[in-house]
Amino acid sequence: MQLTINGRAVTVPDSDGARNLLEYLREDLDLTGAKNGCGIGQCGACTVLLDDRPVRACRKIVADAAGRRLLTIEGLAAPDGALHPLQQAFVDHGAIQCGFCTPGMVLTAHAFLLKNPSPTRSEIRRAISANLCRCTGYQQIVDAIESAASHYRR
Amino acid sequence: MSEVNPPRAWRNDAVAKVTGRARYADDLKFHGLLHAVPVYTDHVHARLRGVDTAAAAAAPGVVRVITAADVPGSVTFGQILQDYHMLAGDTIRCHGDVVAVVVAETRAAAVAAARLVTVAADPLPAVLDPEEALRPGAPLVHERHGTNVINHHRVRRGDVAAGFAASDVVVEQVFRTSFIEHAYLEPEAAVAVPRPDGVMEIYGSMQHPFSTRRFTAALLGVPLADVEVRSVPMGGGFGGKDDTAAIVCARAALAARLTGRPVKLTYDREWSVRESYKRHPYRLHYRMGLTRDGRIQAVAVRIVADGGAYCSVTPWVTWRSTVQCCGPYRVPHVACDTYGVYTNNVFTGAMRGFGSPQVNFCIEQLVEMAAERLDLSPLEIRRRNMVRQGDTTITGQVLDTHVVSLAQVLDRVVAESDYEARRGRCAHGRADGDELYGIGLAMSYRGMSLGAEGKDFNSAIVNVQFDGSILLETGIHENGQGAESAMVLLLADELGVRRERIRYRQASTSVIPDGGTTVASRGTLMGGGAVVHAARALKEKMAAVLAPRLGCAPGDVAFRDDAVWGPGGARLTIEEAVREMWQAQEYPYAFGVFQGPQVTWDEATGQGNAYFTWVYGCQAAEVTVNRRTGKVKVLGMWAAHDVGRAVNPPMLLGQFYGGMAMGLGYGLTEAVTIDAGRIRSLNFDRYRIARATDLPEMHATIVENPDPLSPSRAKGIGEPTNELMAPAIANAVAAATGRRYCEQPVRVDAAELAGGPAGAEGTEPDANGEAPCN
Ligand code: FES
Ligand code: FES
Repeated sequence: MQLTINGRAVTVPDSDGARNLLEYLREDLDLTGAKNGCGIGQCGACTVLLDDRPVRACRKIVADAAGRRLLTIEGLAAPDGALHPLQQAFVDHGAIQCGFCTPGMVLTAHAFLLKNPSPTRSEIRRAISANLCRCTGYQQIVDAIESAASHYRR
Repeated sequence: MSEVNPPRAWRNDAVAKVTGRARYADDLKFHGLLHAVPVYTDHVHARLRGVDTAAAAAAPGVVRVITAADVPGSVTFGQILQDYHMLAGDTIRCHGDVVAVVVAETRAAAVAAARLVTVAADPLPAVLDPEEALRPGAPLVHERHGTNVINHHRVRRGDVAAGFAASDVVVEQVFRTSFIEHAYLEPEAAVAVPRPDGVMEIYGSMQHPFSTRRFTAALLGVPLADVEVRSVPMGGGFGGKDDTAAIVCARAALAARLTGRPVKLTYDREWSVRESYKRHPYRLHYRMGLTRDGRIQAVAVRIVADGGAYCSVTPWVTWRSTVQCCGPYRVPHVACDTYGVYTNNVFTGAMRGFGSPQVNFCIEQLVEMAAERLDLSPLEIRRRNMVRQGDTTITGQVLDTHVVSLAQVLDRVVAESDYEARRGRCAHGRADGDELYGIGLAMSYRGMSLGAEGKDFNSAIVNVQFDGSILLETGIHENGQGAESAMVLLLADELGVRRERIRYRQASTSVIPDGGTTVASRGTLMGGGAVVHAARALKEKMAAVLAPRLGCAPGDVAFRDDAVWGPGGARLTIEEAVREMWQAQEYPYAFGVFQGPQVTWDEATGQGNAYFTWVYGCQAAEVTVNRRTGKVKVLGMWAAHDVGRAVNPPMLLGQFYGGMAMGLGYGLTEAVTIDAGRIRSLNFDRYRIARATDLPEMHATIVENPDPLSPSRAKGIGEPTNELMAPAIANAVAAATGRRYCEQPVRVDAAELAGGPAGAEGTEPDANGEAPCN
């Protein structure tokens, strides 16, 4: 089975197709940016993008990603390590505390801004409403997403 | 902050976290790693006759099944009473008790085998209501303790009988609060690695490395020096990653010791919620007497806290509630009795606020209920009674060592929220449409750090390297709040150097002395104090060596702009200065200690200087309540807090917003549902924390009155922000509906609203001491 993960082709034995996607990313591919906060699709900490759409890796199997583009947080920065403008905005706006929600939050916001690069603050709130954060109260996360939106308008 | 470090959002771990590179405990791997999982029973209270591990031990991939019988050290431990059984022995005391740990080559194998463990147990009657637990003849949760009373704190001030006799009005009300889950986004996780030198090394998601070390050393029966706890990024704590998280680490270490291999023990959400301690539910029965002009004369209050099956820090939590039971008001006559009580519920312990959210929920409504009776405004009653400079608290402490800024924070929130104009729009149960509008506020003072709970000191090590780079370590733990970054900024500021020079060392319990736990909003205050003292010691040491080179006396050497200066412009770069130190065979190294000023406490009378400094805060909320659905929508939230000094403003604001959001959850949605001792809200589908769409835009005001008793002049902020939003919302809901809601969380029953406003009448308790709230 062929997957494209963060722009790289990855061949996965068919026998792994039924395995949990989150566990596979974390344990087999050492992509530990996606976190397990609930395991039942409620918190968003495990969010990854399939063809630019956010999915809950804890509720997917490896085969669900077959033939599609899978983006994890490790694949968002430039190959030279330069932060993506959205990541930079999270840093600059103080949107990160414990950081456990951050990878899922950033990817959810990235997918949202790709579709809607001129959002209102309440549209941003709706877009991230299924991603839980216990630390920040979301305010600086909304600030970060709002300020990064301009980079998606080009 | 100085010129070389302009203020902007900065934290030392932000890039690692935003790129997914940060490694949390469950992200770590070691050669030969095994996986452990806990085994529970469905009992709530039972005599345990035996644990049958044979089938599990024979299951594929299983390496070992561990029970209490395998423990080389002490299976019981605790921070105050040694009553927690890290593996259940002859008794199961709550639904979260662990009877065995299964260790296997893979997590899946361990999970599968855990189902094969069986127990022989005889159910015992469970006691689930703390009031019942107090009655004679109630089943004892810990027979050896002899009673279900964990602790009884009191305040005796003046003469309450005389105070009530002198009162024109008495308001009386019973309030209740719920079990609250911390809901840190990362469940507990630990990796224990047995090292060839005999040391057990631990990487865990915990907020108290030294407590973790004590639990682990006790369970293994080894000296503290043989356990090294290393800090790794942690996905939130909020007070909740002390006992349980330490025990998870200790169990992983036990498994590593018994198998000789590294062991990972990662909790899933359900295990975490089932086993970990919660914020205490309280029942609080208040009576307050006032004169006609609205001056509080007397408060009598009885507080019963459900401590659950284990003591944890219940005596400390309930002590803070006792000290702060009257809110930030002058009260000449006070009688307070607070009981921490064992039950067979999940145990309760530290959570952000630590005994203040419960009392604030009540007292800040009670003063408004009194105001309604006296026809005073919510502002007027507060202004007539609140503590001001030089006033005396209910425990006899004179507030004169710092700026008492309660009036300042109240005025700021009133102005920022346009409170008085909005107050005029409140519906009080009457409106043309479906939406009832209300605004409410609440304020508090809060004793900083541990107070008379324990010895309060902390240390820091500053170690300048040969190339001018600097290593910093303190006894404060990074819980996600940005503690390390605050320490780095304070050091950079004090040394006058660029912060890029400074690296915060991965902390280890084998290097820095035990600085106590990173709770009680004490990180910046205590750790920052130690950093400032270490920096000053370093500067003194360097000045003595460098003064001759700069042609001046040591006292004239200045550290600023990333260099060392003599008067008249003589200057050494940091690199040159460090080389001079080496030439003189002097290490540019310093150890700094901050010892919290002495506090006093008399347990019999509840009098003393409970805390060495206090912080002041005020928050407001604006709501609408839908008359048809009962749904409460929060439209705006405001906060002003005196923080002493703002060290890292964007991170400070993050503490404001996060605390306010968690406070909204406390006010409106959060309560752990427990059914006969078994938690039902085990995951986020049944336990609702605030989402981005539940929250309005928030407005934060930082007030700075530098504290003379804090070396860095900063105080704490983590908890103050989390103790006021629930009563502010309750007051806003009361202003909207004309009804009082005395149970946390506030749940508005639309059917009741149809009856119109009820005011605060009929609040006298019945024969059982139960008062209907409306
Ligand atoms: S871990 Fe997948 S949504 Fe929470
Ligand atoms: S930063 Fe901790 S959960 Fe979001």
